[in-house]
Amino acid sequence: MDITVNILLTIATAATPLLIAAIGELVVERSGVLNLGVEGMMIMGAVGGFGAGYLTGSPWIGLLAAIAMGAVFSLLFAVMTLSLATNQVATGLSLTLLGLGLSGMIGTSFVGQPGVRLPNLDIPGLSSIPVVGKLLFGQDPIFYISIALTAAVMWFLFKTRTGLTLRSIGDSHASAHALGIKVIRYRYLSVIFGGACAGLAGGHLSLVYTPQWVENMSAGRGWIALALVVFASWRPWRVLAGAYIFGAVWIGQLHAQAFGIPVPSQMLSSLPYLATVVVLVLISRNKRLTMMNTPASLGQPFVPDR
Amino acid sequence: MKKLLIALMTTTAALSLAASAEAADKLKACWVYTGPIGDFGYSYQHDQGRLEVEKALGDKVETAYLENVSEGPDADRAFERLAREGCKIIFGTSFGFMDAEVKVAKKFPKVMFEHATGYKTGDNLGIYNARFYEGRYVLGQIAAKESKSGVAGYIVSFPIPEVVMGINSFMLGAQSINPNFKAKIVWVNSWFDPGKEADAAKALFDQGADIIVQHTDSTAALQVAEERKLHGFGQSSDMIKFAPNAQLTSLTDEWGPYYISRVQAAIDGTWKPDNVWLGIKDGAVKLAPYTNMPDDVKALAEATEKKIAGGWNPFTGPIAKQDGSAWLKDGEVADDGTLLGMNFYIKGVDDKLPQ
Repeated sequence: MDITVNILLTIATAATPLLIAAIGELVVERSGVLNLGVEGMMIMGAVGGFGAGYLTGSPWIGLLAAIAMGAVFSLLFAVMTLSLATNQVATGLSLTLLGLGLSGMIGTSFVGQPGVRLPNLDIPGLSSIPVVGKLLFGQDPIFYISIALTAAVMWFLFKTRTGLTLRSIGDSHASAHALGIKVIRYRYLSVIFGGACAGLAGGHLSLVYTPQWVENMSAGRGWIALALVVFASWRPWRVLAGAYIFGAVWIGQLHAQAFGIPVPSQMLSSLPYLATVVVLVLISRNKRLTMMNTPASLGQPFVPDR
Repeated sequence: MKKLLIALMTTTAALSLAASAEAADKLKACWVYTGPIGDFGYSYQHDQGRLEVEKALGDKVETAYLENVSEGPDADRAFERLAREGCKIIFGTSFGFMDAEVKVAKKFPKVMFEHATGYKTGDNLGIYNARFYEGRYVLGQIAAKESKSGVAGYIVSFPIPEVVMGINSFMLGAQSINPNFKAKIVWVNSWFDPGKEADAAKALFDQGADIIVQHTDSTAALQVAEERKLHGFGQSSDMIKFAPNAQLTSLTDEWGPYYISRVQAAIDGTWKPDNVWLGIKDGAVKLAPYTNMPDDVKALAEATEKKIAGGWNPFTGPIAKQDGSAWLKDGEVADDGTLLGMNFYIKGVDDKLPQ
């Protein structure tokens, strides 16, 4: 029993940063903007979170700094692509490159220093329920945030008027603009939200997952988050499912190896990516479904004609 | 994508390098690293060696380095650039730089080249390596003494001879104390991904291991051990700060003394291409202070360390291969060639070697 709980806890820790970054990117893409800079924003969040936590000694300040760092960094992308209408793919890629380099520079003095860890939040009473208690009520604060965030984004996008407006912008920015909706303003806010989420995901890495700072510590998780959004066909609950499937496959294969089950580990670690490809193929076979879910003006620059 | 990034970083590093390429009377010594110097692991330790050279030789030497150089065509350019910019001696610190160094060394016969962990030499190309397996034997003994469950978790990167040699040596050490000692082996297919290493450590602890060993570079696994109040060994650097109650010792790389002697030889004009495989006795492989263990285990570890420094090789027979067939006869010592190409497990290893 204990081992099952532990496995599930490990899966949750592995899935949380993917989930948060992907949920942020989902909102960005629903507004019609493709930000490939998730990896860069995530690593900036990680270094910001570690740095602030290390210097002040408070992981909570670190958490806020991680969010702020991601948001500020995404602002750079927003100004470039939204106000100056640069190519979103190129700008996003350079944001990732810049983030990886810049974070290494900022973090030089943090290398080899133990950081601070966000304490687990045990909800009194509930966390002592056997099995379920520890899983649902005895985790790190960012786990709760990730679940709440998913629910909130789901509600916001599909149950509120603002959410509807946001989705309409993603489908056709020209029509939305003609209706008098402030396309650029919506997109700015979406991009900054996405940046804050990626920053928070980075903060999870350097404050919970592995409380330390090392260069390139995000190790490609930003790219997995991007893939997850497509995998989930821009649906929040599917992002949640996808993140946990990614996590489960990964942790499962580690346990399989430790049990001595002869599985080729290289094969298993590529499974999540194979799954993405398969899902993409299946989705694109069904035209109607694709049309329904893909934000139609995704990645296209928009210059309002006054 | 990653290539682009590396190209970008190489360029920025080269720019900063060009700015400092003045003083001509100093000997210029240069390093090429495959990772970032901020990895607190393999590349970090090489860079510590470079800093020691600066400290020891002062104004007789000027140093420069390129980090994040990928093992491939990029490496050619990195070495060539350094040679053109006046580096007199160049150290390539990763196995994958081998062919690039061989090629560039031929083009610049007056420049001295050194390559770590490879096997190709030339008129102006020497090689050096460290016998990390010597330290791993000591780790094995400590693990077998300290483990209550008799099971260690072993996190590994890729099935190359260096890693296989380490597993075998660790197991030999452990079996010398407890013949039934087991190691659960998990391949994470990465040298460096703190998250994955932490996950692997958790999985191994969940399955009954109570000591963690790693052949990957980050401190993540030790931090998990610290959290679970269990034990483990550090890698490349002394990681005691990350796990003050969990680290038993750390297998550290000390390149400084070697680099100082080679750069000094280059200054004196006595440098010749060499082929060295340094171990505990040369101070290139060091075990960080023994902590969190009783005195008798500490004494045992120190005695073994001394024995190895005295010239005893952990790969001394009788040793059987995993399938039970004989490998080394009683008293027979494995030759370096076999060790450097090791692609089989010894008896008692509970894993199938990925091919």
